[in-house]
Amino acid sequence: MDIYINGKKCKAVQGETILEVAGKNGVRIPTLCYHSDLCLAGNCRICVVDVDGARTLQTACTAMASNGMKIWTNTPRVIKARKMNIQLLLGSHFGECYTCPRNNNCELLKLAEEYGIEELPFPKKGKRTGALEITPSITRDPDKCIMCGRCVRTCEELQGVHAVKPVGRSSDIHIGTFFDQGLMHTSCTMCGQCINRCPTGALYETSCVQPVWDALADPDKYVVVQTAPAVRAALGEEFGMEPGSRVTGKMVAGLRRLGFNKIFDTQFTADLTIIEEGTEFLTRLKRTLVNKEKGLLPMTTSCSPGWIKYIEHFYPELLTHVSTCKSPQQMFGPLAKTYFAEKEGINPAKMITVSIMPCVAKKYEAERPEMNASGYKDVDYVLTTRELAKMMKMAGLDLKDMPVEEYDNPFGISTGAAVIFGATGGVMEAALRTVYEIVTGREIPFKNLDITPVRGMEDVKEAEVTIEGVKEEYKFLEGAKVKVAVAHSLSAAKKVMDKVRSGEAEYHFIEIMACPGGCLGGGGQPIPTSPEIRKARARAIYEEDESMTIRKSHENPAIKKLYEDFLEKPNSHKAHELLHTHYLKRKRFDKVK
Amino acid sequence: MPAAGFVLEKRKQGEALKKAFEINRAEITDMIKDSGLKGRGGAGFPTGLKMYLCGAAADTIKYVVCNADEGEPGTFKDRVILETVPEKVFEGMAITAYVIGAKEGIVYLRGEYEYLKAGLENTLNGMRKNNLLGEKILGADFDFDIRIALGAGAYVCGEETALIESLEGKRGEAKNKPPFPVSSGLFCHPTLVSNVETFCNIPHIVTGGAQWFKNIGSEKSAGTKLVSVSGDVKKPGVYEIPFGMKVKDLLKLVEAENTKAVDIGGASGIVIPESQFDREISFEDIPTGGSVIVFDKTRKMIDVMENFMEFFLDESCGQCTPCREGTKYFVDAVEKIKNGKITDQELKNLRDISNCMKLTSKCGLGQSSTNAFISILDNFKKELLS
Ligand code: SF4
Ligand code: SF4
Ligand code: SF4
Ligand code: SF4
Ligand code: FES
Repeated sequence: MDIYINGKKCKAVQGETILEVAGKNGVRIPTLCYHSDLCLAGNCRICVVDVDGARTLQTACTAMASNGMKIWTNTPRVIKARKMNIQLLLGSHFGECYTCPRNNNCELLKLAEEYGIEELPFPKKGKRTGALEITPSITRDPDKCIMCGRCVRTCEELQGVHAVKPVGRSSDIHIGTFFDQGLMHTSCTMCGQCINRCPTGALYETSCVQPVWDALADPDKYVVVQTAPAVRAALGEEFGMEPGSRVTGKMVAGLRRLGFNKIFDTQFTADLTIIEEGTEFLTRLKRTLVNKEKGLLPMTTSCSPGWIKYIEHFYPELLTHVSTCKSPQQMFGPLAKTYFAEKEGINPAKMITVSIMPCVAKKYEAERPEMNASGYKDVDYVLTTRELAKMMKMAGLDLKDMPVEEYDNPFGISTGAAVIFGATGGVMEAALRTVYEIVTGREIPFKNLDITPVRGMEDVKEAEVTIEGVKEEYKFLEGAKVKVAVAHSLSAAKKVMDKVRSGEAEYHFIEIMACPGGCLGGGGQPIPTSPEIRKARARAIYEEDESMTIRKSHENPAIKKLYEDFLEKPNSHKAHELLHTHYLKRKRFDKVK
Repeated sequence: MPAAGFVLEKRKQGEALKKAFEINRAEITDMIKDSGLKGRGGAGFPTGLKMYLCGAAADTIKYVVCNADEGEPGTFKDRVILETVPEKVFEGMAITAYVIGAKEGIVYLRGEYEYLKAGLENTLNGMRKNNLLGEKILGADFDFDIRIALGAGAYVCGEETALIESLEGKRGEAKNKPPFPVSSGLFCHPTLVSNVETFCNIPHIVTGGAQWFKNIGSEKSAGTKLVSVSGDVKKPGVYEIPFGMKVKDLLKLVEAENTKAVDIGGASGIVIPESQFDREISFEDIPTGGSVIVFDKTRKMIDVMENFMEFFLDESCGQCTPCREGTKYFVDAVEKIKNGKITDQELKNLRDISNCMKLTSKCGLGQSSTNAFISILDNFKKELLS
């Protein structure tokens, strides 16, 4: 069908919104509550347009195109109304842009600039109430909230958690938690997906930037840093580079200039995770198939702390299915403070471990009381990709100008299998590459080791691998069809876990990551996010895998050495002490006080 | 009461339903269309067209919902209908259901009317006994029943999409239209939502014919309207008037004296001065969902203004920018007017905000919530700004 935008004929298909058609035809309509990941809300009323025949203005983000429709996106009354709505929002917003964590990419501020807001019709009503809510991962600043509802939709639709909801009416309305007791008293998973979609500074990560500066400045402290796989595929965006730019070596150089004593890679412990988790999986398979034990399969991954908190709240009865392996971040911490400290003769009490994560749930994870296997707090500070960018900017470093440098040894050595941990399906792919080879002595029969069925952005992916020609000790697996599933985002996790709970699922191994796209779409990654941006980051990650000389975790020489020198063998007593953990059964929300 | 009155009169139960079964569905739709019946809740959407649209929607599940969330300040006419002739409302719903192909009807009853529930259930039981509800109604191949759901006291739930959200157990707030409820309403099924009074008219039209109905009222507003008259009058209460009645004649009828202003349409309506009492109550002139509030010369218009604006400050659902944010400024403005401190520039800014709210609010509440303020300002400028 044809519609007319500002007099120009445009093609449209049934079900397309005015906003979509306009976008395809190069007509920009400003938006605020709209987000490409979320369902339509139509509540900010910024995207209004004139439609011939309609009494009121229509919201382009929600109004469907219909044949012959005549739309005007810039009539005087449209401009005036948009401007007024921006002014109305600003009027009740507590603005202090100079101290706001979002002043570099605030959508409200950008609109104010775009519409030339120089004054407000009435004095500002927005005041500082000081009602900050600070959790280990997320800080909420309701004074800056403009009630666009993106966080609510994120939490409901994408994550199926429903931790935040609009509460109250009219001027009392606010984004509330269960009986306004705060996120820590709800089933909030600390995933931070709401942060990535908030257009303003009302939601951000609880910052660790200052304590890290303090540690770096302290001559008495030995500060080591680990960087998660997904960070290198996104950090460039904070410096104006295209999504999907790979900046691994430049990031290492930047970290070195910030003054960290050692620049290590979480990918090292990602490889380690594969060995530990792969071994655990084989043990579970054997106990199930040979000893006929129940409740061990399917085994799910455990590297996404948002997912862990989710299953603790929503499927506590299924916790035995979760791998006991700690996440790579939390394997790194204790190894740094034991193995590495001993090796280098460093007093672990003086060692500070910092991690750079695409995630805000990792901040919460690091604070979990059980995470002190080294005898100290295993991971001291967790910085998001965004916080690292901030630190580099503070130090006058522009990532674009950085040289390419290498990680330090021994925890800087990793494989292609480890880098794909950053994408949905990556842990599964890495695990299959290793497990198959352990069991059969041969490489997994996928072209170029690319296990494509578990790649891509479909919310639940399934695959089946037939195991043939096994080694003697794995006879019980001969001819077995290993069924795996991969889910990313917690609403997708729910789909899979409901099937596990009902017994309908026949999976053996399930990978779950709390964030859409996996860690590359994590709550600590650069803002904005969209399906396209996440695809670009995924591309970068798979390219990085291709570029690595070693692409299987069990071939990582530093890991082999770690077992020889220190851990003895996979799932050994020592490995269990340092690298495995247990989980907590949690309620959906706390009792109202 | 004028001769036109029929809405509150008892009639033979089931007569219209029986007649409906004798003629086909399309004919009834045409009949309602031809009669010119428009929604009595205030918005005035043609009921026949709604029936047609909902009937044409392809779905095996459809709903008929009676909006009994009478929340407009100053209206109580639906309550009187539900107290005196609920069976006619139910019969109207049944006819509607028959026409559009629904099996389930729901009365969304205002929380404050909970005390009516028992009586209504009684009536429903009686109708079930007489086979006017339930399976194979009056022997026809048509099953239909009605249940009563209670609202929880939010004004915005009188808006049909908010009402549906509330029925689904969600937070009561308006949804984007389209899709309209007739194509995707309750639980995403086609849903016909109409006001109590609208349903009450339907049996009369089915037996009396479209022409009979059209003969009553004004040119573009067929039939009668129940109005709840309150305020400074000798005889407050619910009146049935033919559409097109002049305000001054209504004032005579209710024995109002010394009248200074009349609010027509409640908080979202307009307030007119004596010079406009020649105007008519009709969809083409001054529409109303039923509320008429009369103020005599002892009243201060600023108080009226304050009352209405505070009402909206409480009742905006708060989800959309113009309504949530705009309303606050009008409450402040009342205060400023009271103190004689408002400037011309501020009044101009308020008009701009009001226009923005009218043009861009998501639902009728925000689109109409400054009506009272602006009409009082325009019509009683001298009094307010002296
Ligand atoms: S949220 Fe945006 S407008 Fe508000 S203070 Fe922060 S940067 Fe400024
Ligand atoms: S952090 Fe995740 S779970 Fe918590 S409120 Fe935000 S989106 Fe919901
Ligand atoms: S917290 Fe952010 S995302 Fe949530 S409603 Fe407020 S402004 Fe929108
Ligand atoms: S206009 Fe007012 S009541 Fe209607 S949706 Fe917007 S905020 Fe809610
Ligand atoms: S972007 Fe369309 S209403 Fe908010």
